Amino acid sequence: MKTTIISAALLSLALTSVQATAGGVPAEKLQKIINSSFKDPDKSTEAPATPTWASRLTPDTVQQACSEARNHPDKDLAADMEKAAAASVKYPEDGKLLGDWKNGEKIAQNGKGLRFNDKVDEPSGGNCYACHQIDKKELAFGTIGPPLTEYGKNRDFSEEAIKATYAKIYNSHTVVPCSHMPRFGTMGILTIDQIKDLTALLMDKESPVNK
Amino acid sequence: MKMRRLIGALILGIALSAGLAAVSGPATAQEDASKGIEQYRKMMAEDPFANPGLLYVDSGEALWKEKRGTNNVSLEACDMGKGPGVLEGAMAEMPRYFADADKVMDVESRILWCMEKLQGLDTGPVKKKAFSKSGEGGSEMEFLASYVSSMSNGMPLKPQLSHPKEKEAYALGEALFFLRAGPFDFSCESCHGTPGSRIRLQDLPDLSKPGVDAQKTIATWPAYRVSTESVKTMQHRMSDCYRQMRMPKVGFGSDAVTALITYLMKQAEGGEVQVPALKR
Ligand code: HEC
Ligand code: HEC
Repeated sequence: MKTTIISAALLSLALTSVQATAGGVPAEKLQKIINSSFKDPDKSTEAPATPTWASRLTPDTVQQACSEARNHPDKDLAADMEKAAAASVKYPEDGKLLGDWKNGEKIAQNGKGLRFNDKVDEPSGGNCYACHQIDKKELAFGTIGPPLTEYGKNRDFSEEAIKATYAKIYNSHTVVPCSHMPRFGTMGILTIDQIKDLTALLMDKESPVNK
Repeated sequence: MKMRRLIGALILGIALSAGLAAVSGPATAQEDASKGIEQYRKMMAEDPFANPGLLYVDSGEALWKEKRGTNNVSLEACDMGKGPGVLEGAMAEMPRYFADADKVMDVESRILWCMEKLQGLDTGPVKKKAFSKSGEGGSEMEFLASYVSSMSNGMPLKPQLSHPKEKEAYALGEALFFLRAGPFDFSCESCHGTPGSRIRLQDLPDLSKPGVDAQKTIATWPAYRVSTESVKTMQHRMSDCYRQMRMPKVGFGSDAVTALITYLMKQAEGGEVQVPALKR
């Protein structure tokens, strides 16, 4: 708990300079343009009214720092960010990190969620195949991220690797600050149970990923 | 001429639906679409008038010349930046600064401006229906943007960055391109920042640096999209990518979109205009 506060403080300290500019444009000016340009998805001529939509207009401190650094934060900022990211990871209460890989595969396939045309009462998918090769049988995979084939096998299915994988999916910045991969747990895209299922997809011996 | 285009497009439509039926089965919609594009290309090599997007150009030309609005005039005196009534090469130099509006405008916002100021049209409904829905066969904006843009065909993109407001739009566009926001932390750069990458099976152009990717991509909107069987515009492209970014709806003709297009045009400098292009 204490470390969370400390690293959050460190992070905001490192970020004070960021507020001033964004790519040569005063941040204030940029924010004004954003606020006036985006409309509420339901009332398409008015400014976003609900907190869900209004909050998306203002980048959080991590997003601001990464945008400013063009995703290559300097060493000190990177170290602070890794710490803050690690502190944000919530683990399951019973300590079990491996869920159901079959369900994990469905979540990895599902690209829906949080767009304005998505149903709000359905859980979001992880859309992992958009960026990664995972089960070799799925040929429609993207290449923004590295292939994750034989992921668990390559890591000897170790307890340590299971924990690192869970944390990576929960908040990708734990290992790679300013990663292009979304922070699925920290940003509330996926639930703890969904992240367990995805961890199983990658780390369970029975998962097709490791066959 | 018009008749010939119409017939070409109709024949192609029939050939295409037959072609798509033949490749259905386990093939994905994406594979269907790329086979469809191949087929279109083959037919267009034989008959350049077979591009269904040309129907939009024709409708746009007719609409451009039609007297409308409270002023009962056509759009023929509209100044798209090269002087009243000059359309040749106009799109290749947009977005640009317009003193009468004291604003940087892209093709679509400028058309809207002329409808309002020149014709005295109520542009509310035009703006609201700027992007046609499937089956509607096109919107007024899609027709007009296709016509105006086609008048720059064969010309190289010449970004206008001398006016301070044009410079500002470029800088804002660059900042927006790299700005990560929303629950997925996406920026445009997340998906368009590395050469040769893809999402699922879709190739992603690298728009983060000047070059062939940007030239080929930006000089070819409006485009006839095989996947939706309709013409889509640059405003629509920006709006759809912001949807994928999980952002709220970006406003048609908003400053953010104008800024982004200004930035993209600069990345695409020198690219040869070819519209309406044929895309997935
Ligand atoms: C928008 C793109 C994107 C999406 C979506 C995405 N990732 Fe990633 N992922 C990346 C990138 C880029 C990397 C490499 C940089 C890094 O490690 O952060 C990566 C790295 C990883 C790694 C570490 C690989 C290694 O060799 O250390 C794992 C594990 C991973 N992703 C799992 C997932 C899972 C599971 C999902 C879906 C819930 C997912 N990713 C969704 C882009 C993405
Ligand atoms: C989550 C991924 C993602 C993000 C973020 C994204 N795009 Fe895209 N973009 C795509 C995909 C996928 C396509 C291809 C769409 C298709 O073919 O259906 C595309 C297509 C495009 C095209 C047209 C490419 C062509 O072939 O003509 C342009 C231009 C473009 N995007 C610009 C942007 C801009 C500007 C932003 C930021 C506002 C952005 N994109 C954000 C995924 C993304």
